[in-house]
Amino acid sequence: MTSEVKSVVCPICGCLCDDLEVTVENNEIVKMKNGCSVCEAKMVHGYKSEERILKPMIRKDGELVPVSMDEAVKKAAKILTDAKYPLLFGWSSSTSEAQRIGVELAEELGSALDNCCSVCHGPSVMATQEIGIPASTLGQIRHRADLIVYWACNPWTSHPRHLERYTSFTDGRFEKSEWKSYMQKMKGDASMKKVQAASKRIIGSTIPAMRPDACALNAPPQTMQKEGRKLIVVDVRKTMTADAADYFIQVQPNKDYEIIEALRCLVGDQELDVDTVGGVKVEYLKDVADAMVNCEFGVIFFGLGLTQSAGRFRNIENAIALTRDLNRKTKFVISPMRGHFNVTGANVVFAWSTGYPYALDFSQGYPQYNPGEFTTIDLLRRGDNDATLVISADPGAHFPKAAVQNMMKHPLITINPDMNAISRLGDVVFPTQWCGIECEGTAYRMDHVPIMLRKVVEPPKGILNDEELLKRILAEVRVIKGKNPDTETKAEVKERNKLAPRIEIKQRKKAKKVEVA
Amino acid sequence: MVEQKLKATLITGRTIDQGVGKEMGKGSIEYFESSSVCFMDKADMIQLGIKSGSNVQVSSKYGSVIVKAKKTTRGASPGLVFIPCGLWANAICGDETFGMGMPMFKGFTVEVQAAPNEPVLTLNELLKKEYGR
Repeated sequence: MTSEVKSVVCPICGCLCDDLEVTVENNEIVKMKNGCSVCEAKMVHGYKSEERILKPMIRKDGELVPVSMDEAVKKAAKILTDAKYPLLFGWSSSTSEAQRIGVELAEELGSALDNCCSVCHGPSVMATQEIGIPASTLGQIRHRADLIVYWACNPWTSHPRHLERYTSFTDGRFEKSEWKSYMQKMKGDASMKKVQAASKRIIGSTIPAMRPDACALNAPPQTMQKEGRKLIVVDVRKTMTADAADYFIQVQPNKDYEIIEALRCLVGDQELDVDTVGGVKVEYLKDVADAMVNCEFGVIFFGLGLTQSAGRFRNIENAIALTRDLNRKTKFVISPMRGHFNVTGANVVFAWSTGYPYALDFSQGYPQYNPGEFTTIDLLRRGDNDATLVISADPGAHFPKAAVQNMMKHPLITINPDMNAISRLGDVVFPTQWCGIECEGTAYRMDHVPIMLRKVVEPPKGILNDEELLKRILAEVRVIKGKNPDTETKAEVKERNKLAPRIEIKQRKKAKKVEVA
Repeated sequence: MVEQKLKATLITGRTIDQGVGKEMGKGSIEYFESSSVCFMDKADMIQLGIKSGSNVQVSSKYGSVIVKAKKTTRGASPGLVFIPCGLWANAICGDETFGMGMPMFKGFTVEVQAAPNEPVLTLNELLKKEYGR
């Protein structure tokens, strides 16, 4: 049986594109429309790959052995309750419903709780707390922005449809798409290369290109004087996004702070006494500052190039300060390019349930927040935690080696749909449903707009989703902790009984009768 | 003149092939081929006396890894090497956070040297080597 499902939400990056059209045949996605290549890799091939975990597994004598769900849940709960200070990490590819249960589990265990933003946009969160953020939704940017700046990010590869859906290549209500001019530019470049190759063959030397390379190493390109939307890219490498830019500024690695500071001076009508800043000529920075001040609605999107290079959150703080300065002259907003599809959701859910967005600690019985102390890499570096639960993340492939080695010194529980690097290393390995393919739930787009993920196909038999699985682990943890019924409120008992497997309730009642007798 | 070792600044980050590879599955050939590479400038490759496609050893004070050198198609950037984020890049990234929770993924110094006889380890081999599983 074939069916077409429209308006499917893509569960991969922070763009959360919600216009996918998916063809399902015999409970399998066979083809799709509108997705990017990364989306197609997951939705059509990756989700049903041979790497899929179909049964829970426990490591016995060094090998992962399939076990029943009950056994795995009990083992995981025992590991978590036996540990003095477990760490719960991940959450970015889970639904917000599961993240809420995660907070509850962390509170019950008195553990550390952190999400993937710790190693991506954690510094952006810190900077926002320091100085605030002038932000807007992507819809506003799509309709109104006439100057787009991508700073230290490469959406062409990390958020492939960002330009097409929200910025340069989309038709907004007040701003038109620049796709045609980009295609003309590409065609022109290709023709110029042919002419240059021919001239080299015939006259033995290359004639100079008509259009100067849109790079700060050469003269400023004419494209900055054009009508319509302008695109500026600032990066250490000439990325694919830089190819599409009207103006590309190539900075030296770790020099972003200086460039932002120089731009703040120029925007504030101050003169600079130097010729170059961070490897960029000041005259080119003046062009950029002019473009920024003279636009009607500008936006800066920044990526991990700012959060992961020297300066960390101070880079972001300065970029936000630049945006604030620009708002004295025109309208400007700034937005981080969030990576995982629900990493923003993890921040939001943690913040509304505990007050803090990430780097949380419940060891005192109440939530504490301190990046640098309770952030995962720091915990692992000091070796504070003595068990780890990783859910919907792959620190095995995305943490520095030393951090993973420290994680491996203690029991490791993983919850992932497929056999990624961390699942290969786990002691208790749970399968789970693919959020947004096999189960629905809420996810937050990078501009904090909640979007409902859709269920497209049925999951394999016996596999729970993140929320159900976490509820079972939480119930088991409560059973092991032997919550004293005398001190529990009626509502708590009711909730616990609802969650705990029936057999456990029977056993507990029996034990109580024996005690009384 | 061919030099034994080249000092360079390492940047790790996303590429579209790595994105496709990770979604196809971490054990997939697409992931291996897209992540176990090091993009280098042509001038740097000449300096090391290597060709695109030959194996190099990239070392930092946190570790070393064998990856395949590839000539970058993204403009001239001598002294800058790029490894897509993944297991191979992380073998040389440091876990120092400078009190901010963020480890070292970008902008630190590495040494690159030719290693034509060393094989590039697959995901499973690298996990076994680094973590014993």
